[in-house]
Amino acid sequence: MPLRASDLLTLTREGLYCPLGGFHVDPTWPVARALITHGHADHARAGHGSVLATGETLRIMAVRYGEDFCRTRQEAKLGEPIRIGDVTVRFAPAGHVLGSAQIAIEAEGVRVVVSGDYKRARDPTCLPFEVVPCDVFITEATFGLPVFRMPDTSEEVAKLLASVALFPERAHIVGAYALGKAQRVMALLREAGYDRPIYLHGAMEKLTELYKREGIRLGETPKVVAAERAKLHGAIVLCPPSSIQDVWSRKFPDPVTAFASGWMRVRARARQKGVELPLVISDHSDWPDLCRTIRETGAEEVWVTHGQEDALVHWCGTQGIRAKPLHLLGYGDEEVEGASESASESTAGPAPGPAGAAVDLEASP
Amino acid sequence: MNDFAHLLDRLAYEPRRNAKLRLLQDYFAHAGDPERGYALAAMTGGLSFREAKPALIRGLVEARIDPVLFRLSHNYVGDLAETTALIWPAPGGEPGAGPLSRAGEGQGAGPLSRAGEGQGEGLAESGEGAAPTRSASRGRDLSRTGEVERPGLNGPASPGPGHNNPPPQVPSLAEVVETLSTTRKADLPRHLADWLDALDETGRWALLKLVTGNLRVGVSARLAKTAVAALGGHEADAVEEVWHGLAPPYETLFAWVSGGGERPETLNPAPFRPSMLSHPIEEDSDFAKLDPQAFSGEWKWDGIRVQLVGGRDREGQQVARIYSRTGEDISGAFPDLAEAITFTGALDGELLILREGRVQSFNVLQQRLNRKAVTAKLLEEFPAHMRAYDILTAEGEDLRPLPFGERRARLEAFVAGLDHARIDLSPLVPFATWEELAAARADPASVGAGEDADAIEGVMLKRVNSAYLPGRPKGPWWKWKREPHLVDAVMMYAQRGHGKRSSFYSDYTFGVWREAPEGGAELVPVGKAYHGFTDAELQKLDRYVRNHTTKRFGPVREVAYGPDTGLVLEIAFEGVQRSTRHKSGVAMRFPRVSRIRWDKPAAEADRIELLERILERGEREIAPGARLAEEEA
Repeated sequence: MPLRASDLLTLTREGLYCPLGGFHVDPTWPVARALITHGHADHARAGHGSVLATGETLRIMAVRYGEDFCRTRQEAKLGEPIRIGDVTVRFAPAGHVLGSAQIAIEAEGVRVVVSGDYKRARDPTCLPFEVVPCDVFITEATFGLPVFRMPDTSEEVAKLLASVALFPERAHIVGAYALGKAQRVMALLREAGYDRPIYLHGAMEKLTELYKREGIRLGETPKVVAAERAKLHGAIVLCPPSSIQDVWSRKFPDPVTAFASGWMRVRARARQKGVELPLVISDHSDWPDLCRTIRETGAEEVWVTHGQEDALVHWCGTQGIRAKPLHLLGYGDEEVEGASESASESTAGPAPGPAGAAVDLEASP
Repeated sequence: MNDFAHLLDRLAYEPRRNAKLRLLQDYFAHAGDPERGYALAAMTGGLSFREAKPALIRGLVEARIDPVLFRLSHNYVGDLAETTALIWPAPGGEPGAGPLSRAGEGQGAGPLSRAGEGQGEGLAESGEGAAPTRSASRGRDLSRTGEVERPGLNGPASPGPGHNNPPPQVPSLAEVVETLSTTRKADLPRHLADWLDALDETGRWALLKLVTGNLRVGVSARLAKTAVAALGGHEADAVEEVWHGLAPPYETLFAWVSGGGERPETLNPAPFRPSMLSHPIEEDSDFAKLDPQAFSGEWKWDGIRVQLVGGRDREGQQVARIYSRTGEDISGAFPDLAEAITFTGALDGELLILREGRVQSFNVLQQRLNRKAVTAKLLEEFPAHMRAYDILTAEGEDLRPLPFGERRARLEAFVAGLDHARIDLSPLVPFATWEELAAARADPASVGAGEDADAIEGVMLKRVNSAYLPGRPKGPWWKWKREPHLVDAVMMYAQRGHGKRSSFYSDYTFGVWREAPEGGAELVPVGKAYHGFTDAELQKLDRYVRNHTTKRFGPVREVAYGPDTGLVLEIAFEGVQRSTRHKSGVAMRFPRVSRIRWDKPAAEADRIELLERILERGEREIAPGARLAEEEA
């Protein structure tokens, strides 16, 4: 009897599990062996026995959780087959953040690809997404509705720079997720020719330093000195999303509140957060790219993990592709309202359950 | 249309009044005629055209997008106009945002090109991904331009409609407005679809808001007029003075304020004149500085401030207008009162409901307001009157420069001369000392107000030698409102404020006790207050909310409340009305936090019966400022 996809990957309490290889992918609870797609806190947790991930992801986890975030670790080289138990796995770039990867799991000619989070849009801070043909594609669906069509990032950065030109006396406080989005915004600003210092909230410092060590050029990024905030007229300041509404941001000169996120596509989202300058910059695939990617993988079957599963499953049906939602507990979008906020009140310790799923350590000021 | 759309987009996110003003001014200075005039009309409610119904828009979208995907999207986004704007398959008119140009990124030297697909294929694939029904829209485009659909055009190798057809023309706002006001109903869908094809996301959103009559971007008519006036260094009142003689697109107005034209002489024989407003008096500090002899006192009526203006047009026909305080023409809502304007002149006063000579409370007046149709029954049950307290013009003479004392004498003579049952005089409240005035304020019925005391919400002080000045000059007019009602309520929810207070939980929903269906007592929300406290108190309240949060709903937090826990807020308010929108069935007028009762246990907060009694008995039976006797016990 031929191998079925469910022999390669199944759903357990801890998350996706490969019975033939004896490992989990992005488990939300501590497990013996974990393969990690990328360094965001809802996918990469501390406390596993052994971790296999790209070198960048391992270093990101070490910066976030300390060097002892797991017992043993192994670096996965992109494109290189690695034998685990009865399966072969291969990591391929996902284009989401620095070090992010899809994981292909293969046995007896059947291949399943776990996308992790991914995007197809250009990002100067990480390798571009690579299409891996497969039988079963496990996709995210954070922006899985046709209303999500992300604009060109250069337009959004131009919007920010135009506002800085219009209000040269006001500080521009840009909320951005501390891993990935913040560094992408910095790199995009540099591409647009912005050469003044970009000020950072303390919570962004360590990861930004890591990006620089990995060879991403971000220019001068001084940390905001609390006592100097009132003097930063016309400055661009990056901070975690939770801080744009915080008392911390009110000490800048007449701050303009900006937020770089795919959620800014929807007005109500921006208004709920009190955002005056929404910047539609997403690290996830938008709807056209989700659809395009599914087709390009040639997958006969699609499993949809977190996000707006219904619409994508429906669309697959109209295209003659079998699809089902995987209701994975514990994955959230790292940018969802409340997610970063709750960081200050819950501790993302070694064994966070689903409740603390979307928590990001760096979001706490 | 694009400039207007981007203005609305910016305004929708901008909380600060001054920044809004700057955006508006910038737009009015740079947009040409007639574009800016129609924009001004859109923001001042001056446009009338055939509005598009939601069903029409839904139909247009569902002809282009899988209805299931559209429904899921609409549920998620919540707003039909925005969902449509985001989901509309833009055929080539939208660089950057559409799926076609997205694939275009792959053509460059960027990392995407490493993904390895051919250009043509990438275009076709992403196009289909975004819009399963693209071929339908393409066919429609073709039929519109009269071309015959060629075989193969819909095939996967086709680079898309934008390459085969000339790009649709982005309409001007003027074109949209003029088309909408002349189009036949049957042609409306076609026009709308053409425009939606041509506009970008922001443009589509603004267009849909406009055509559905839902243009709410936080700009009042007054603010828009202020921005126009500022172009010529004028105050908003200068625009108000000429406003009612003008019509969209207001070219003479813009010519005047930009310095290129004469002041547009108003052709309206019954124009609005900006109202004079008062400041609240501070009992502790202001009275000591004021001389009672220099002031005249009168009742402050709890009605609607109106201006009654009459005149004769060129044909000698009588023109009668009723304006609200902000200059809105509300004559249509009060034909019974408008009939009384048989004179030439302008009276300032309060619109009230009188029954058998007795002034009714605001609750009664409320039932006459915001009605779609003014029925005979409504006119009979709620007859509108005006209680006049100032006269601005009479028989073509501008009386506003005269001192109040002289105007009052002219007013008394004028009203006596009218001898009309619908218009009477607001009596003066005589006093020699501030103490006497305080006594009159505390008990109007005892000083001649009689049964009308119900509709009195305080006293007004007017400096006898002051001219009638538009706006709110400090000094000549003061209002001294009656003591408010008070209730002790428990904080239940808190919401973040806006602008400067956006980092603070500054809007509080509070509740009072009532009997629970399953026995015992429960708190039921009765209102929301967001002012009345100092900045220092706000910081403490904010900290309290953060430390006592039990649940989060987006920007709203639920705080701990119950018999043994919770924060008591003393709420001041002006009255109670029935409300079907509130769970408790009552709604307060002007609630605000008067004291924070850190000391008071939540179990000792007031009960709903207190509010219901105020509602049922009418306000007359409750001594203003005091609690009911039962509550004191």
